[in-house]
Amino acid sequence: MVGSIAAIGMGLAVIGAGMGIGKIGDSAMQAIARQPEAVGDIRSNMILMAALIEGAALIAIVMAFLVAGV
Amino acid sequence: MKKHILLSLFALLLSFSMNAQSHPKDKHDHDHSEHADHDHGDHSHDNHKHDGKAHDDHAHGDHGCHFHHHPEGQEYTPKDVANTAFHHISDANVYSIGPWQIPLPCILYAPETGWDVFLSSKFKFKSTGHGDGYSAYKGYILDAGTVKRITDPSFPRDVDEVPLQGIIHKTEMVDGKEKTVAYACTGEAMYRTDPKSIADAGIFGGGISSFYDFSITKNVTSMIIVFFGMLWLFLRVAKSYVTRNGMAPKGLQSFIESIFVFIQDEVAKPFLGHKYLKYQPFLMAIFFFVLGLNLWGQIPFFGGANVTGNIGVTMVLAIFAFLVVNLSGNKHYWEHIIAMPGVPKWVLTILTPVEFLGIFIKPLTLMLRLFANITAGHMVIIVFVSLIFMFSKGGTSMAGGLGTAVGSTLLTIFMMAIELLVAFIQAFVFTILTASYLGAAVEEPHHH
Repeated sequence: MVGSIAAIGMGLAVIGAGMGIGKIGDSAMQAIARQPEAVGDIRSNMILMAALIEGAALIAIVMAFLVAGV
Repeated sequence: MKKHILLSLFALLLSFSMNAQSHPKDKHDHDHSEHADHDHGDHSHDNHKHDGKAHDDHAHGDHGCHFHHHPEGQEYTPKDVANTAFHHISDANVYSIGPWQIPLPCILYAPETGWDVFLSSKFKFKSTGHGDGYSAYKGYILDAGTVKRITDPSFPRDVDEVPLQGIIHKTEMVDGKEKTVAYACTGEAMYRTDPKSIADAGIFGGGISSFYDFSITKNVTSMIIVFFGMLWLFLRVAKSYVTRNGMAPKGLQSFIESIFVFIQDEVAKPFLGHKYLKYQPFLMAIFFFVLGLNLWGQIPFFGGANVTGNIGVTMVLAIFAFLVVNLSGNKHYWEHIIAMPGVPKWVLTILTPVEFLGIFIKPLTLMLRLFANITAGHMVIIVFVSLIFMFSKGGTSMAGGLGTAVGSTLLTIFMMAIELLVAFIQAFVFTILTASYLGAAVEEPHHH
């Protein structure tokens, strides 16, 4: 039971991270379209931001693992 | 809950001198008490081939050792897939190239018997099997490539080598948790074994057991190979800067230079400003080591080493990042953590603990990100391959097997292409985040 709830928690964390990274991708694409010469800067900042969001999601997933008591 | 987290943090720090490797079998093989674990359906090795032959070698014991073979058409369940996947991402005391198993040195320490150093070929495993030892050596056995120790005091310890009929897995309750325990079977009796100590406070199925493994395992071997590969590569490139002084870079030199300059321009200079030369060697070392290990793990049929997908390895990398960041942090950095200037006093009661936790959360996420990304990539590929065995229903459904085989192969190739991208991105992300933390730590105060 606890395991199933933890799985739902993991799913929610993934939804959150997916929305966040999707938003970054969206705005990065727009930014590149508007200013193609800044593509290098935009790309590395995009990856950095995505990695930070991913970090929050990863902590949530690890917490879910701990709660599930694998 | 809180206790668990604290315990795990403490244990994670402890384990950095050890090979922190999870023993997924211990937690996933819940109801395998009826059949010998290594008979679970596929057990494809790193070559991802169905390795059925090795199973037939188990003799049927007469005295309490009953090896139940999977009958033809045995369902290959999602749980078997999970077992196979976890088996393949974990570390081993053998190195597998294609279908062959290559023995590695074992350096084992048990408080009772002291140090034992020998080659894992002493376990007499089949060179093309999946790493089950047919001989116990000095009280140790090899179970699916991993060393375990016989804890039963009645086990004959006067002789070094005891031939084994096989290894049986049973589910037992240990400290209120279901665990799979391996039993060594000599034909006359069964002896309980212990998995190696894993300093994770028992959260990931480990804990302190009766022995410690300091072996040159598959992961350690991979790290040594990548280390020497990098050394050779960079010494060669460095030499060509001397011999081709003043000329345009050529061959390997121009390949490495483009990556090097990319990291310098995109990571080191923007985050560290004029101090970049001081920290550049560290950033480059991290980037190329992580990249090398990521790519080494991508080579199919060649060990399938999952080094950067081992939380122990990524933890040591993160600890280095943590130490470098915090030891080079200036007054300005610590001031912003302990008492952020320009913030009302009552806000500080919240902000300071958060900032303080942030010091540790940053390396923690560095560790988890690399570990999770690489592990997930390896697992996805194994799961795609395992699907073939699931849909062929243990070899009875030709159409299911063939159909999935085509789809799985294409998907696997696609995933491997993605993983190649991820190998670069994760190495880059690790470096860029380390650089950004470092940049925040060494930043000079702005006077407004």
